[in-house]
Amino acid sequence: MKLKIRKNLALIDQHDKNFMYGGKFGGNFIPETLKKPVDDLTNLFAKLRKDKKFLKERDHYFKTYVGTPTPFIKLDNLTDHLGGAQIYAKVVSEANGGAHKIYNATVHCLIAKKAKKKYIVGDTGAGYAGKMLSMAAKKFGLKCKIFMGAKDIKRQRPNVEAIKKNGAEIVSVTTGSQTLVDAVSECMRYWVSNCDTTHMCVGSTVGPNIFIKICAWSTAQISRELFSQVEEEFGKIPRKLKLINCVGGGSSAAGFWNAFMNTTAEFIGVEAGGPKNSRLHAAPLTNGSKIGILHGAAQYVIQDKEGQIGSTESISAGLDYPGISPLHCFLKDTKRARYTSANDEEALSAYKLVSRLENISPSLEPSHAFAEAIKLAPKLDSTEVIIVNSCGDSIKDKDIIKERLGSYTR
Amino acid sequence: MKSKIALAFKNCKREKRPALITYTVAGDNTKNNSLKILNAISKHADILELGFPHNTPIADGGQIQGSSHRALKNGIKLKDVFQIVKKFKKNNPDKPIILMGYFNLIYQNGENNFLKSCKFSGVDGLIIVDLPYPENKNFAYKCKKKSISFIQLISPTTSKERMKKIVKDSHDMIYYISMLSTTGGKLKVSPKKIIQNYNTIKRINPKKNLVIGFGITEKTISSLKSANGLVVGSMLCKIIAKSLKMRQNPVTKLAKVVYNLKNKIL
Repeated sequence: MKLKIRKNLALIDQHDKNFMYGGKFGGNFIPETLKKPVDDLTNLFAKLRKDKKFLKERDHYFKTYVGTPTPFIKLDNLTDHLGGAQIYAKVVSEANGGAHKIYNATVHCLIAKKAKKKYIVGDTGAGYAGKMLSMAAKKFGLKCKIFMGAKDIKRQRPNVEAIKKNGAEIVSVTTGSQTLVDAVSECMRYWVSNCDTTHMCVGSTVGPNIFIKICAWSTAQISRELFSQVEEEFGKIPRKLKLINCVGGGSSAAGFWNAFMNTTAEFIGVEAGGPKNSRLHAAPLTNGSKIGILHGAAQYVIQDKEGQIGSTESISAGLDYPGISPLHCFLKDTKRARYTSANDEEALSAYKLVSRLENISPSLEPSHAFAEAIKLAPKLDSTEVIIVNSCGDSIKDKDIIKERLGSYTR
Repeated sequence: MKSKIALAFKNCKREKRPALITYTVAGDNTKNNSLKILNAISKHADILELGFPHNTPIADGGQIQGSSHRALKNGIKLKDVFQIVKKFKKNNPDKPIILMGYFNLIYQNGENNFLKSCKFSGVDGLIIVDLPYPENKNFAYKCKKKSISFIQLISPTTSKERMKKIVKDSHDMIYYISMLSTTGGKLKVSPKKIIQNYNTIKRINPKKNLVIGFGITEKTISSLKSANGLVVGSMLCKIIAKSLKMRQNPVTKLAKVVYNLKNKIL
């Protein structure tokens, strides 16, 4: 059966009655205990997204707290250097806190308040989801707990410090690979035990269906802004337009592409290819992983023949995840987006080139997207436009960059 | 013909006591030891739950995660789980065995293929933690056709409306989760309250066999003995971990503990 995207229906609403996209991605593979909290949240969100007052509230906080719109800039030096397509960046890292995770965190806190919950918990890999949730929780007066893999706590120190400074408790997860995948599992287990008092925020477009929806609905702000910014810059949406975004869980890409779904823009998702000479990676779409169930949803996921979730490796903690949003599985199978990967070394050199030539400093996650832009641009002519979502700031990666490139300067 | 699970409950009712249901993980700490454990504890337990481990569980507490980790480290595969069941059933054909685990392993194995192996090795029932009602309808139906009990779970968050539907669609056993917790949490609800909730479900259809699990230990088991069955899992996993640490034999240790548990509900 050929999968198709239905016209005039938001991407997040393309699921069937079992909450599956294209009949095979997503769903709610959850323990009985979570059925009711997930149903309650589903109903509440369905109501809120139609509620004009709530939308006004969201827009108010996006404007005054997150800071919208984030800049849309031409990267003149990079364009000249590569000599091909015109390269632009949507500098989402200028949002409050330094990454796109602030949209989802803010919306979840608003929902938690509506649900009259006093506590909020969330997972984090690169630490941005955790940092933003702790920030927003503080702003909205919620007590916050962040689950983070022990390995990530070590490698993303600046964000860990920010989380602590915001008064949130960090739970160091020492099971399994001690990275994002284990943080999400531990956070879900915590929610199973505390769902009566606590709201859970899943940090990306993964997990049971409702979390995918809330997250993508929140990050959609990125492309809502970008759409008008692009129209303003070019007078219309350019015919040959490529929107390049890194994908780990897939939250920034989903938000970056959403408003362009019915245009001719080409979507390119860049997964983490892992170290150059390693067997390990975090790129299930690029490497043809099979469909499996992870964290409550069916998706392409790195796993062995038995169904045990596989190990991953990437220099960027934010992309170091064995699964991928069911939304991206759906976009891949409908051929609306295409997916490729960049390895650690490519991401590092992309970071180096972009931060040397331009006045932006992308973190290692969007550096994967820049790596693809750098590969593509010279092969295209100047009528083509590439926009990269620079969705995170490199400051959190200063230790890794210093170690790998010898120095880190801002 | 009555299933072995139904017969086990019938026997217990005749003896006016709840069924003692144990949970251990296949391959913990080795394939051989987990078979020996089953053989040893089956003398005192009425129904045996056997976990097939998954490395990314979303509802297991620390103890069961530990057991699963040990088993997977020792290279346990699904085919070994079925071998353990088959070998156990050779000597204990009437003792019901229920496999418990996460859906991805079944999904990768193929539902039909998995059920064929269940049938071949003598599995009597299945508990799939992350396949709730009504998403489990198709699979539960497939189980029924193969005379394998698909065991539904009910939790304190389950609405009355939903409870009724779950009970109606249930097979030989229903599992009530005592509290909001992953497995092995400390019992944070009073036994009295648990029994109250239990009775609410029971009244929907008194003929259905309803068991209670989560947080049950030597200390709490006797206070819940008016139920049709009681599941003890994490406590057993903890004892395996402890005896390995103390270099004791987990098999004899576990047999003794299960014997004691049984005495508390007689």
